[in-house]
Amino acid sequence: MDDLYREVIIEHYKNPAYRGVLEPNDFSFEDENPLCGDQIRIDLRVDENNRVTEAAFSGHGCAISQASADLLLESIVGKPLGEVKKISKEDLLDLLGLDNLGPVRLKCALLSLKVLKAGIYGMGEVGDSLDRDEE
Amino acid sequence: MSSHSFGVERVRADFPILSRALQGNKPLVYLDSTATAQKPLSVIRAMDDYYRNTNANIHRGVHTLAEEATADYERARERIAAFIGARSTSEVIFTRNTTESINLVAYSWARKNLSSGDVIILTEMEHHSNLVPWQILAEEKNIRLEFTPVTDEGELNLQAYQNLLELRPKLVAFTQMSNVLGTINPAEEMIRMAHEVGAVVLIDAAQSAPHFKVDVQKLKADFLAFSAHKMCGPTGIGVLYGRRDLLEAMPPFLGGGDMIKKVTLRGFTPNELPHKFEAGTPAIAEVIGFGAAVEYLEQIGMDQIAAYEHTLTRYALDRLSEISGLKVIGPPAEKKGGVCSFTLEGIHPHDIAQLLDREGIAVRAGHHCAMPLHQRYGLPATTRASFYLYNTLEEIDFLAEALEKTKALFG
Repeated sequence: MDDLYREVIIEHYKNPAYRGVLEPNDFSFEDENPLCGDQIRIDLRVDENNRVTEAAFSGHGCAISQASADLLLESIVGKPLGEVKKISKEDLLDLLGLDNLGPVRLKCALLSLKVLKAGIYGMGEVGDSLDRDEE
Repeated sequence: MSSHSFGVERVRADFPILSRALQGNKPLVYLDSTATAQKPLSVIRAMDDYYRNTNANIHRGVHTLAEEATADYERARERIAAFIGARSTSEVIFTRNTTESINLVAYSWARKNLSSGDVIILTEMEHHSNLVPWQILAEEKNIRLEFTPVTDEGELNLQAYQNLLELRPKLVAFTQMSNVLGTINPAEEMIRMAHEVGAVVLIDAAQSAPHFKVDVQKLKADFLAFSAHKMCGPTGIGVLYGRRDLLEAMPPFLGGGDMIKKVTLRGFTPNELPHKFEAGTPAIAEVIGFGAAVEYLEQIGMDQIAAYEHTLTRYALDRLSEISGLKVIGPPAEKKGGVCSFTLEGIHPHDIAQLLDREGIAVRAGHHCAMPLHQRYGLPATTRASFYLYNTLEEIDFLAEALEKTKALFG
């Protein structure tokens, strides 16, 4: 019916591996797409080296936004936060296997990355120290 | 079936866009008229003709074009005034749309007539355009806003409304037909009840005026707002109907050219109605297009349109009810217009809308500018299919089949 709804997206939407909440967590970020009401919360646990050990997302939204969150979290577990900060839009769209999304659906696909990045950059000192780690 | 007796294929031939194919060779199935309606050739031609042959600024200039443009513009006003049963053309103010019409009342009438502690009664099913202007006013002037609740079935709770009226509101404002639930509210009765406690009543007719006969005198509406683009006319033009005595006593909304009788360096005398509220060069071609749209609807007949849409709505509710996991919000067919907002278990409205688009079917997904109403039903979003005079029973079959395909994809 549609090449946008490829198997990987339907599969991650229906059977997400990273759906849930982490309590307690080291970081928890949340945001929404006011246009369509999609909402995503991401919880992370990190080790002493700021390496992501566990990740989970919750909230609601379309298949694109939810599958995107699942794939994104799958890709960051085991990575240091400094590296997570460098994930680009293109990286995430590659994971989704999508390259010709319209402007409206692009917002759905990138909501999880927006939440994650705004969260990490919003951490103030921790975020700053991550920058230093990278140097 | 009645689709045949109504002559829907003849109606469809009037709308050039409906012969467009999408996604390769799929015919366009346009089920988003509640957002904006498609335009018949007569409307497109009227505007084209104005720019080709008549274009001039109105209400000034004595040259032939200016005379003709002014006459065309004012003829459209006469036609629209008659369409809604206004007593006089001076009660028909051109605005950009329903939203601007409501804002005009909020900024001009309400700022003058309401003061701290006064009450405005709205409902839980309002479009944001009939909520936010009052929220802005409430914040500024310490006005109390109250809301007539919506029942689980999608109707206004009239007993609760009656109780709220005991607060002696200065203003009652509500939609005649919900853009999400399709509910047609008992406007005449609600206006009578509001008048009994001395309230002024504003009707949001954005969804009603396009679909059935709206008569301001029969309703006894004090203000009534609607937009051309939802009734086969162009975007960027709408109407505020106001009772003459109310409009006369209101201060101007926007200042500028055309709304004045006389200007000195330090003061002005406002123009007569309706020009007092029409500052600056208006959307002349759009007004002329609006007139042509009303003429088109009248030729077909508002009662015929309403009856045909009712057939479509009954059929759609039947077909949709056959789809397991699908739930339509709102009242049964006899109490609603051609709007079906629904949820489909396990599939987000955006995914549904996207997949339907790939089948050539245009629907809307989201909160439809009625977030509080969606919160009322605990829904972040719905998918909305809406119907107008050019839709067919076959198109509803396409919709139902495409929804089954969508379900199959999500398994």
